[in-house]
Amino acid sequence: MEFPGVKALDDVSFDVRAGSIHALMGENGAGKSTLLKILSGAYSPTGGALAINGGKRVFTNTADALAAGVAVIYQELHLVPEMSVAENLFLGHLPQRFGIVNRRALADAARKQLELIGENIDPWMKLGRLSLGQRQMVEIAKALTRGARIIAFDEPTSSLSDREVRRLFKIIRELRERGCAILYVSHRMEEIFELGDRITILRDGKHVETNELANLTRDAVVQRMVGRKLADIYNYTPRACGENGMIVEGLCGPGLSEPCSFNAKSGEIFGFFGLIGAGRSELMKLLFGATEKTAGRVTIGGKPLEIVSPREAIEAGVVLCPEDRKKEGIVPVRSVLENTNLSARRRKARAGVLVDESWEQSNARDRCAQLRVKTPSVRQLIRNLSGGNQQKVILGRWLSETVKVILLDEPTRGIDVGAKSEIYGIMQELAKSGVCVIVVSSELPEVLGVSDRIAVMRQGKIAAILERADANEEKLLKLALPLETQRAS
Amino acid sequence: MATDSSATARKPIAEFFDKAGMLVVLAILFIACSLFVENFFSLANMKGLALAVSMTGMVSCTMLFCLAAGDFDLSIGSVVACAGVLAAVVMNKSESIALGVGAALGLGALVGFINGFVVAKLKINALITTLATMQIVRGFGFIISGGTAVGIGIEDFFGLGNSAFLGVPTPVWITAACFAMFGFILNRTVFGRDTLAVGGNSEASHLAGIAVTRVKIAIFTAQGVMAAFAGIVLSSRVTSGQPNTSQGFELEVISACVLGGVSLTGGVGSMAFVIAGVLIMGIVQNAMNLMNVATFYQYVARGLILLAAVLFDRWKRRKS
Repeated sequence: MEFPGVKALDDVSFDVRAGSIHALMGENGAGKSTLLKILSGAYSPTGGALAINGGKRVFTNTADALAAGVAVIYQELHLVPEMSVAENLFLGHLPQRFGIVNRRALADAARKQLELIGENIDPWMKLGRLSLGQRQMVEIAKALTRGARIIAFDEPTSSLSDREVRRLFKIIRELRERGCAILYVSHRMEEIFELGDRITILRDGKHVETNELANLTRDAVVQRMVGRKLADIYNYTPRACGENGMIVEGLCGPGLSEPCSFNAKSGEIFGFFGLIGAGRSELMKLLFGATEKTAGRVTIGGKPLEIVSPREAIEAGVVLCPEDRKKEGIVPVRSVLENTNLSARRRKARAGVLVDESWEQSNARDRCAQLRVKTPSVRQLIRNLSGGNQQKVILGRWLSETVKVILLDEPTRGIDVGAKSEIYGIMQELAKSGVCVIVVSSELPEVLGVSDRIAVMRQGKIAAILERADANEEKLLKLALPLETQRAS
Repeated sequence: MATDSSATARKPIAEFFDKAGMLVVLAILFIACSLFVENFFSLANMKGLALAVSMTGMVSCTMLFCLAAGDFDLSIGSVVACAGVLAAVVMNKSESIALGVGAALGLGALVGFINGFVVAKLKINALITTLATMQIVRGFGFIISGGTAVGIGIEDFFGLGNSAFLGVPTPVWITAACFAMFGFILNRTVFGRDTLAVGGNSEASHLAGIAVTRVKIAIFTAQGVMAAFAGIVLSSRVTSGQPNTSQGFELEVISACVLGGVSLTGGVGSMAFVIAGVLIMGIVQNAMNLMNVATFYQYVARGLILLAAVLFDRWKRRKS
């Protein structure tokens, strides 16, 4: 297969061989998911083509891709939890006569398919009652029922248990033996080296290298993904920290299993690491008053505060850049100007009611210049901006306020490396000016690279708080893993 | 350089059409009707046209806010009817215009507040909520009136709907004032900007410190009051409270707003375009009346126009 010249992807070409497992790596925003979407027919390429067994194909919808034997198994599985396993397997082409489903034929066919991948699941079981690992197996079986010969996996292990991962790997290897071409997207270096035969590395939508994995070391892969030495993109400089930052004592609320306490100082960059679902975003929402705490005390700048809504948090100088930028951050159909002034306009309004147009204009322009937002004008709709620029506008929204504590939840997710390093720079600036910067990140190198101290969260509680000097990837991961898997391994 | 100059030359025209889409349609429609429809471009007809769209116009002001905030209100037609009936009954009983008007406005505010509270606070879908209140309020209108029109006994009250100032009917003045006032609120006040932000992304707005619930309740309440006011004006015009009136009025108002480019998913809307939408609907109806098109066909025509407008809008957005 080849994909030359794709949009959001810039002239990417590589080939995946039948009977081989081809790893696809790259940072967030490198273009992996765009590539998969094109492969599955969800997006159409603006240029270039895809060739299967020498024949050129352009998929205009997902049915095309399926018909051509291409299946993409996404992180979020595309299954219907309310329906039975059998119905899910044959969704869209149930065995039928005159529109009436032949239930026996369906069950038989389903059982056969499940056996093929070594699963012993009752075909009439509701899919929703299966574990995530089993569901993934169903998804694979579903791809096979459609005669898929090219199967792409998008971060398949992100929510699986250890045992389930082993099973998955076994199936993937069996698929290879049967001559399928496997495209495997993952962030996990160990998996790639364990499973993969060849690798393609993408960076900023560009093709960096396609090679036999045996020819590469882990460090070489990382270096090609990042494109420069790791240390210098974080701009870390030691700073003097003040005292009065954010003191949290015994905070309880939704998403937390135990009371949380920590003390982030002013001028400090305080990192939160943890696996997905460890309660970090929930903690941020609590601190911001977006969800209601059930107990605990928060002190900001030496003053104890009862924050029960985002509005009060903002007035107290606590602001949040939410994790899901699209859903919780931007107002997509409004302009950069509107998005920048979304909060500060309340404070600047004349008589508390009338919008101060000239202030809003100049504020939006100033913030865009300060944060180097790339936009043709402040009147541009924010949805037309890239992820990195959208994030900068949200930062600009908060820089228009008087900030004491800034909560950044995955601030660089889905952002290209250039914008990332700019955002790290902004974080350093903020800390230098005495703001308490609290940053949540799932990326180990990032959280290690920017933070003065790092709190590790595990299953809804703070497992430990480490000094920068004491922290390394291994320690953080060990602390973040659930206790059961620690014991098992 | 050559490409540069051609781009700048083409841009203003394209941008003008993009920005002024419906206004251009309105202008063309107006000119076409003036040229080809007999009696269209006459003072009497203009007055009639303005009067005919005045009620839709008033209520579309608040409906614009409702839609822009990402919600819906189907109860307004019932509120118009019930408020008119209540005003008539209270006026007849108390012999006080103020009491009658006050009671009707109070009813509108109450219905609107309930709509807003259920939608914003209890998070029930606006379509379902207002579908329910639409039927409840319609029912109350019938109950209060006993199912028949209630004639109003105070003649002074008829001035509201039937007088004129500088030759222009009072309801038209009221509508114009509403356009100006709500246009100002939408564009120049924090409340107006918050409305659009809430419609564009209520979660993001909440996290930016906007009191989303309060904004929505305020909008629904204003909508109720506005509908009640329209009901009062109507009852003055026809000198009675009619429990049967304004069925399907809500769809007419929403149609006008959508024709004016207001997004049903919220976040997008402008007063100028809504006015254009209201006028386009009015002109089409007026022209069809003048051309003696049978009512049955008018329904078909109005539906087709709405569909065409939405498709045009979608096409324009696809292109950009």
